[in-house]
Amino acid sequence: MNAPLLSLIVLVPIAGAALLGLLRQAQPGTVRSLSLGLSLSTLAFGLFALRHFDPAVTGPQFVERHVWIGALNVHYYLGLDGMSLLLVLLTGIVSPLALIASWRIAENARLFAALFLGLQGAALGVFLALDFVHWFLFWELSLVPAFFLIKLWGGPGAGRAAYQFFVYTMGGSAFLLVGFAALFVATGTLDFLQLAQLARDGTLAAKLGPVGSPAATFVFLGVLLGLAVKVPLWPFHTWLPSAYAEAPAPVSMFLTGVMSKMGVYGFLRLLWPIFPAQLHAVATPLLWLALGGVVFGAYAALRQTDLKRMIAYSSLNHLSYCLLALFAVASAAGPKPAAEAAASALSGALLQVFNHGLSAAALFYAVGLLEARSGGKRGIGDFGGVRTAAPIFAGLTGIALFSSLGLPGLNGFVGEFLIFRGVFGLAPWAAAVACFGLLATAIFLLTFWQRVFHGPKAGATLAGFPDVRGLEYAVLVPLVALMIILGLLPQLLAGLVNPLVSAWAGQLVLP
Amino acid sequence: MSLSASQLWLIPALPLLAAAIGALTPRGGKKLAAGAALVALAGAFLLSCGALVGALADPSRHLVHNFAWFDLGAGTVRLGFLLDPLTALMCTMVTFVGLLIFIFSTGYMHEDANFTRFFCFLSLFAAAMLGLLVANSLLLLFICWELVGVASYLLIGFWFHKPEAAAAAKKAFITTRIGDLGLLLGMLWLYDATGSLLFFDGGKGVLESAALASLAGQVTAGGLAVSTAIGLLILCGAVGKSGQFPLHVWLPDAMEGPTPVSALIHAATMVAAGVFLIARVYPLMAADQALAAVPVHALSVVAFIGAITALLGAVIAVAQNDLKRILAFSTVSQLGYMMLALGVGSWVAAIFHLLTHAFFKALLFLGAGSVIHAAHHEQDIRQLGGLRGPMKVTFITFAIGTMALAGVPFLFSGFWSKEAILHAAHGWSVSHLPFYIALVAVVLTAFYMTRLVMQAFFGRPRSHAAEHAHENSAVMTGPLVLLALCAILLGFLGTPYWPWLQRTLDPTFKADAGGAGLMVLSIVLVAFGLGIGWAIYGRNARTSATAPDPLEVRAPGVWAALGDRLGFDAFYAATVFKLNAGAAALADALDRYVWGGAIRLLTRLGEFAGVVHRETDEDVLNGGFDAASRGLRSGGDSYSKAQTGDAHGYLRAVGLGFVVIVLVVMLGGGR
Repeated sequence: MNAPLLSLIVLVPIAGAALLGLLRQAQPGTVRSLSLGLSLSTLAFGLFALRHFDPAVTGPQFVERHVWIGALNVHYYLGLDGMSLLLVLLTGIVSPLALIASWRIAENARLFAALFLGLQGAALGVFLALDFVHWFLFWELSLVPAFFLIKLWGGPGAGRAAYQFFVYTMGGSAFLLVGFAALFVATGTLDFLQLAQLARDGTLAAKLGPVGSPAATFVFLGVLLGLAVKVPLWPFHTWLPSAYAEAPAPVSMFLTGVMSKMGVYGFLRLLWPIFPAQLHAVATPLLWLALGGVVFGAYAALRQTDLKRMIAYSSLNHLSYCLLALFAVASAAGPKPAAEAAASALSGALLQVFNHGLSAAALFYAVGLLEARSGGKRGIGDFGGVRTAAPIFAGLTGIALFSSLGLPGLNGFVGEFLIFRGVFGLAPWAAAVACFGLLATAIFLLTFWQRVFHGPKAGATLAGFPDVRGLEYAVLVPLVALMIILGLLPQLLAGLVNPLVSAWAGQLVLP
Repeated sequence: MSLSASQLWLIPALPLLAAAIGALTPRGGKKLAAGAALVALAGAFLLSCGALVGALADPSRHLVHNFAWFDLGAGTVRLGFLLDPLTALMCTMVTFVGLLIFIFSTGYMHEDANFTRFFCFLSLFAAAMLGLLVANSLLLLFICWELVGVASYLLIGFWFHKPEAAAAAKKAFITTRIGDLGLLLGMLWLYDATGSLLFFDGGKGVLESAALASLAGQVTAGGLAVSTAIGLLILCGAVGKSGQFPLHVWLPDAMEGPTPVSALIHAATMVAAGVFLIARVYPLMAADQALAAVPVHALSVVAFIGAITALLGAVIAVAQNDLKRILAFSTVSQLGYMMLALGVGSWVAAIFHLLTHAFFKALLFLGAGSVIHAAHHEQDIRQLGGLRGPMKVTFITFAIGTMALAGVPFLFSGFWSKEAILHAAHGWSVSHLPFYIALVAVVLTAFYMTRLVMQAFFGRPRSHAAEHAHENSAVMTGPLVLLALCAILLGFLGTPYWPWLQRTLDPTFKADAGGAGLMVLSIVLVAFGLGIGWAIYGRNARTSATAPDPLEVRAPGVWAALGDRLGFDAFYAATVFKLNAGAAALADALDRYVWGGAIRLLTRLGEFAGVVHRETDEDVLNGGFDAASRGLRSGGDSYSKAQTGDAHGYLRAVGLGFVVIVLVVMLGGGR
């Protein structure tokens, strides 16, 4: 590899954002095609990386590592493994579609596109950076464009929601920063892989203190809190419904499709490898919290009348499955690891990350279309009979909806099945309780479907509801096609991450 | 031509292709969509016949073709196809009945605006159902099982602009999903305990002796064998899908779908999938039979659920007035018989009844559809009457179906299959109670069917619609005639004198002589049921549509309770729905008040801490500096006081926390 592929992946969107900032005189058409092209670069580079990626190698590939701040042992360090690749591809798929979805936004399109590309680049940086400073830079950087995208283009409550989102996540990040500062004081390195190695060979415990010691506990809890807010882990989720609901639909697509994955990624890249023993010690209570997210997330969604809030809660529910899987694995780590169950749970979590990105983005887009066609209405009682008026829209939304509720044959099932299979092997009672989440999910999604799409035409539908047209196909069809393809051929994703996940599961043995 | 296991995928693939064609065909392409569906299903029928030939070459073998689906850990998740007589017979039945119903539908749905979509969904259903039958993996079976559920959902709600249809579709999906979650857990447990979900896999499959012995050998909570626990969880799925007590409530509502759908899915095939599932995993269900010291055997639960359902369905059917609902409750009841047969150990009798029932119940539903179509969608039997004259073919075929269902002796298939079940129940060593329950249901079945036929076809027409009803075209009556022939002939494949079907399904089957006394008893009971039915509804035909039912006059309370389906729906509304709504309210309240409140509290604390922090800063640390720069700061202070946002204070708390943690780290951990 001669070209710095990973730098290109991260920096092209960011450079594009800067470029858009400079092009003051650009026509809207130019802004659109330019920003779409720049956004699509991620997918192009991602597919290129996919071609040259060797799934059997479990360490980082396409590595770029240069000294950045020598005195602090900080490196410019990018690397890509199966998990990163999955997320880069997801970003590459969701971002351009969200950008296309944003084209109905007339005001200040150039600023929107610039912020959006900045957000995209920051998220990619998070998925590829392997040095804490490098990583944290992007982690924080992502908040700024997200804040303005929500605040400036959001709904009536957007100001407050954006503020809450920013402060809450920022607050979490502060603890994360402190935790890593302490780690640096103790070990002199900020390299994730080195830290994980130190954790494995016991050096970390020797330097920072054993599990349960105040220092180690504070550091661990700091990192945990920072990540828990981001995913979010129930009950640190209260920023999520309003942020997702008030953001404009394209931004919600990105927030749930990509940004919510940053937290899960952090759990798998930072927390678990560096603090396996600490995580093991508190895994059972955390498992309860994840279950809380699964069950209460779904039941809270059942109660929402605002469709965007409903899908937002559904995201909480779906991402909690990922955490459930991780905590089940962490709780079970011991002398007799159930390696197959662990591999299943972790595989499932990664597939769920990808699949949820597709289905949630599609559902937010669908709600956005409902909103756009009804003059801003998105209450569950504001519509009726949309399927009569717009059968194709109904069909495509219906597939996304069934994907989200985990229908076999569509993508969502595979991840959830693997998570359940793994969790059942490690903590059977948790799998049983989580079934209530599955049930409630089916109820609220079908209620959504019934109230909005079925029955006689009513409410906002009466004034005329055009079917999918033009560019709207360009957003919905690729997502739906992927749902079907990945549902039938999960090997396309599983093949990328399975060796990595098997290696993780193989390292489970703890003293 | 015989088909091998590795070619079995073609059977579901053909209708799946037709479904894809139907999905992409615009509304105008009626001929293309229906043609594709018919050709594909006809092809699947021929292939199924080929599979039957292949399976009959050696009925005792399970031919399998397994393949990797995706990598998982050190191994792969595998799926597979299975060819044995059970699969082949079921495929042949589903494709044949399905084909006749598809043909009928071209007439019945002729004027529907969404005609192409209808055939798309029907084909999707056929593909999923056939996939379920050919699966050699509980996982693949589950996948198809859920897809069948979705197809059913789409077809029940086919007239989705009707709120009742939309509600019924959702009810069906959710109710069956409750059962499916049990099935999911059972599957997970099975996977975890055996490391496989393949039924047959050269000795390593879950239905092969090594796995069964291990499952029956382990004990779990409550002293149950693991195989019993898994079996009961799997049974949950079957109870949901096959409309068994206590999850039977969705099936009658499913009649909101177009009548061909009721015939194909909610009578002949899909609802029988639960019975098929238990028959398929029968070795697992029966693995605990040899254990004496267990609190309960899985099959005993199956038997009692079946018996209860058989009676419940028959009792409720007596007091229904909707043509299709009577048939729906009759389906519930007949599926109960099949479960009973499974439970008492005669899975071949269950499958025999499944097959005969599929034909005569499809016949009855299509006959009902013929009536409804002719009578301008009037389906209240009080409003009908006198149809035997104008609708001769429908009447005769419907009468044949009725006699098969009621178990009229010798000529009709239902007699032989029901006889096999009663015989098995009679010989059950655990309890005789299910047998007696089943006998009561025999009387009731003959009774409610007589009531139905007398009111719909005899007497005088009691509405404008009934007066003007006339026989349908050949595309609709043709399938009726063919199904009627099958409703007669099929019984002869499994009589005690020549139990070909039983021996094919289970080569170890031993025909057991005797039972003539039992046969006489059941003939008497059927005659009794028919007789009372005739005495009440035939001798004095109903004269007006509004007159109360003769039984209603005699026992209004009981009648109302039965008409209300014994209050199951109201009971669930008062319990399960309330609990569900309560959980949702709790989740929402937690968010609003507890977590939201905690955040607000944290913010207040933050503000307080921020003030303390600032005071400390200003007065203790920076006091001297402040004094010098007070003038400069006063402007800034007033500005900061204007910042009343909660978040501001929170940020201060974060800053304070930062300082505290750094101090702790430096003093404690930073050695």
